[in-house]
Amino acid sequence: MFIDDTIAAIATAAGEAGIGIVRISGSKAIEIIDDIFRANNNKKIYEDQRKLTYGYIFDFDNNEKIDEVLAVYMKAPHTYTKEDIVEINCHGGMIPVKRILQLVLRKGARLAEPGEFTKRAFLNGRIDLAQAEAVMDLISAKTEKGFEVAFDQLEGSLSKRVEEMRKEVLELLAHIEVSIDFSEEDVDEVTLDYLLEKSIKLEKSMTKLLSTSDTGKILREGLSTVIVGKPNVGKSSLLNSLLREARAIVTEVPGTTRDVIEEQLNIQGIPIKLIDTAGIRETEDIVEKIGVGKSKELFNKADLVIFMLDASRELTNEDLQIIEMIKDKKIIVLINKTDLPNKLDIAKICHLIGERSIIKTSLKEEVGLDELENVLVNMVYKGEVKSNSNLMIANVRHKDALERALNSLKEGIEAIRRQMPMDFIEVDYKNVWDYLGEITGDTVGEDLIDHIFANFCIGK
Amino acid sequence: MEYHAGAYDVIVVGAGHAGCEAALAASRMGCKTLIITLTLDSIAMMPCNPSIGGTGKGHLVREIDALGGEMGLNIDKAFIQSRMLNTAKGPAVHSLRAQADKSKYHIEMKKTIENQPKLDLVQGEVIDIIVKNQQARGVKTRTGSIYEGNAIILATGVYLKSKIFMGEVNYESGPNGLFPANYLSNRLRELGCNLRRFKTGTPARIHRDSIDFSKMSIQPGDTEIVPFSFMNDEINIEQQPCWLTRTTPETLRIINENLKRSSFYRGDMEGVGPRYCPSIEDKIVRFQDKPTHQLFIEPEGLNTKEMYLQGMSTSLPVEVQVEMIRSVIGLEKAEIMRPAYAIEYDCIDPTQLKLSLEMKHINNFFSAGQFNGTSGYEEAAAQGLIAGINAVLKIRREEPLILDRSEAYIGVIIDDLVTKGTNEPYRMMTSRAEYRLVLRQDNADLRLTEKGYKVGLVTEERYKRFSGKKDKIALEMERLKKTNVTPKEVNNILEEIGSSLIKTGVSLYELLKRPEVSYKEIKRLKKNEVNYEDIDKEVEEQCEIVIKYEGYIDKQLKQIDQFKKLEGKKIPEGINYLEIQGLRLEARQKLNSIRPLSVGQASRISGVSPADISVLLVYLEQKRRQKVGEKN
Repeated sequence: MFIDDTIAAIATAAGEAGIGIVRISGSKAIEIIDDIFRANNNKKIYEDQRKLTYGYIFDFDNNEKIDEVLAVYMKAPHTYTKEDIVEINCHGGMIPVKRILQLVLRKGARLAEPGEFTKRAFLNGRIDLAQAEAVMDLISAKTEKGFEVAFDQLEGSLSKRVEEMRKEVLELLAHIEVSIDFSEEDVDEVTLDYLLEKSIKLEKSMTKLLSTSDTGKILREGLSTVIVGKPNVGKSSLLNSLLREARAIVTEVPGTTRDVIEEQLNIQGIPIKLIDTAGIRETEDIVEKIGVGKSKELFNKADLVIFMLDASRELTNEDLQIIEMIKDKKIIVLINKTDLPNKLDIAKICHLIGERSIIKTSLKEEVGLDELENVLVNMVYKGEVKSNSNLMIANVRHKDALERALNSLKEGIEAIRRQMPMDFIEVDYKNVWDYLGEITGDTVGEDLIDHIFANFCIGK
Repeated sequence: MEYHAGAYDVIVVGAGHAGCEAALAASRMGCKTLIITLTLDSIAMMPCNPSIGGTGKGHLVREIDALGGEMGLNIDKAFIQSRMLNTAKGPAVHSLRAQADKSKYHIEMKKTIENQPKLDLVQGEVIDIIVKNQQARGVKTRTGSIYEGNAIILATGVYLKSKIFMGEVNYESGPNGLFPANYLSNRLRELGCNLRRFKTGTPARIHRDSIDFSKMSIQPGDTEIVPFSFMNDEINIEQQPCWLTRTTPETLRIINENLKRSSFYRGDMEGVGPRYCPSIEDKIVRFQDKPTHQLFIEPEGLNTKEMYLQGMSTSLPVEVQVEMIRSVIGLEKAEIMRPAYAIEYDCIDPTQLKLSLEMKHINNFFSAGQFNGTSGYEEAAAQGLIAGINAVLKIRREEPLILDRSEAYIGVIIDDLVTKGTNEPYRMMTSRAEYRLVLRQDNADLRLTEKGYKVGLVTEERYKRFSGKKDKIALEMERLKKTNVTPKEVNNILEEIGSSLIKTGVSLYELLKRPEVSYKEIKRLKKNEVNYEDIDKEVEEQCEIVIKYEGYIDKQLKQIDQFKKLEGKKIPEGINYLEIQGLRLEARQKLNSIRPLSVGQASRISGVSPADISVLLVYLEQKRRQKVGEKN
């Protein structure tokens, strides 16, 4: 569970970059890459150790070409982890790396925990004690963060859905266990038909949930977040600060952002689609007008609006118009340019837009961004913002667990169809329960036994 | 007044199901052993249900037998009905259960103990455990006898400060009107044992002649008797039936009206009872909309007219019991011979024990059975056996016998008790075993005989028999794989049983994989090289199960591989969890009190998270390197 399986992760930093790297470490690395990579020279990757090989990653299950890549195989033990390592260099940006990672996980790797490559390097004798102590700090620090997030997520809608599913699985499991352990008792034996009916229902809802995470809005496009504000308030600067690189053009001349810019980013595990609008303002400029029209349309589809105001200027008609357009949406109000003297009537804004999160920033001085990130993440985990597709988080680990749960369920259904004995069928259902539990952070144990005794009248 | 009464290697306190196994194991392994019990008339007494085995429990009996224990052999001598439960389900949960002649069960076990060389049996009440330098040295009885011992095994069952409850009435007593042991608890507390109160209960016994069986349905034994012990091939007896009947809405009314008078609802009892063994009033309160409940009427033996009322355990007053029982179909004129009662007793928090069942804080001091917080004859016997074996190994300064969760149900019980503790009397259930498909009752011998032989408990005779079976299985597997049949030979048979036809030749092995094909069909194929009469039923059974469920068994074996790797990562005994940076406080405290032997065991402690385990792994590796570094 900790040392002997194969792990994978995105090795490059999140966000936009020229290339992205997916790293796989463990005994199954070769098997996995062999399954998804086709080299242009038709050679197997392990024939050319330590050479970058040009080719494509394919998802053969769906007959789909994922990306054009350079892959390299490094044979154990002369690698970072002292295990077989494969690295896939693909195009940068969130989508290609994520899709490749998902594919790798589907082929049998497990998503690496924070610091796990380093941990393996240490456990396998690659790095020394001092380095190891640093790793230890890393693990414990990350874990605490992980706990917080996991806790908050419990309130999220994904967790709720998964909890519901687990409840159903638990009920089926309890039925199976009771008919095995208390077969002499006065309880109705669970029938295969009943199990099958319930399982097919469950399979459907699981498939549905999985498909939303696979192709659905959040994962593909992120939580749709529109940045709005009058020209030159700092919308593009915000976008850039969040992306930490200059992609959009930032100028002092109002109206230079003529079209809508979309960017994918990942804030603390939440995929977000950030949309920078053209400044909304009455204008004769046709190009800008298209931009404005598009802006309005975008609000209607947005999950969240970040409304930017300029602290150095008084509230204008434009601001009021924007407030009028967005007042029914989920809003974070960002008061930018707080490094300049304040001329903005904040009380009036509060009066106009009601109880909202108001964050003061100075993008120029890099003040307030952390707070923005935190507010954003909290809103997601507390379920305050909901994606239109009704699914909250599509983090790869969850998706991976859900996929494994669905596979086990399918095997269970197959076992029922083949009329396997209850105790064999149970193995698959316990797996479903366990895998779903990985999402919510619970595992089986006394729960099942509690459920049995609470719901079935048994005993001497 | 004290006097020196004798010196022994091992002293066992209590001669119930745990004590008997412990004493027999220790003496058979060559240690001079003493077994002391309150009365010689209650050796291996069955104070509750008259049966051995059942789901999960049947597995335990088979495992005890495979290790060289006595329970399987003894029930084979004393049973009056035998049934294999769950046969409609998979082989992993087939469970053997036998109705016992209680008095015969007691007499046969007493005989075995009396005839066992190196084993002394005496009557007496142990009131003191002699401990010197944190090591158990002997026991003292109420009459002043001091017995010296190198290892002590406590198997006191439900006798410590036991108290009986029937409605408003309660008094100090052991089960069945026997004396309680009132002195030992205080001494154990002084010794640092963390005692608590558990409770359990038993239904009334009624006179056979007062029952109208014509209103009940009969429950006969199986036509084909499967013995418990690997050493027995065939047992033919005339079996006794049990009977099935139901309570009525009238029963419900009587209980509801008198609920306030039940000891439990009066709040007289402090003990925690088992959920799987609720009293009838408990069942009715919790499942109000169930109008009737089923009851089994079971004979207590051949030479008695007492009948056991399975399903009607209660702590209601005796007068209400009479009324209640007479409201049951067929029991209108029932005469109670022994009333039902609830019983409360002292037992230890088993997290104070090591996996060897030795106390963490007192060397050479072991405990087993209900004292450890379990319930059931089989659970007790299993622990008794392990405690007995490990007491001897401790004296011999050898490594203890620890079965892990992937090897035996016995391993599951002990690991659960010691690692997680228990808040109610613990009962074995197959659902507690993660690797159920591998831990079958049909392969207990294959799993454990070798281990029993290694510690010296399995006899040469048994071992020879076992090796023979193992060889035969290997041979037969080989034959099934090598023997091919043609479509012409087999298709008519396949057609008959509705199995799809074959187009080219296949091996018998492949054929047996099909759910609908069994050995019966294989045997119909004329194959000259083998005489089927020579193949034992047990050999057929093993081959068929292994072949048929190969896919699932493989899945489980893979899980076991993973499990074993973590179990194999041992934690040094002196580790100081409190100093490990990065472990959460709760995890530090839990680890420090449970003191797991391996990382695997640590991961099962509630309150220890996977992240804590990562930190622990890294810490252990650091320590290991430091050590290597120092050596160099």
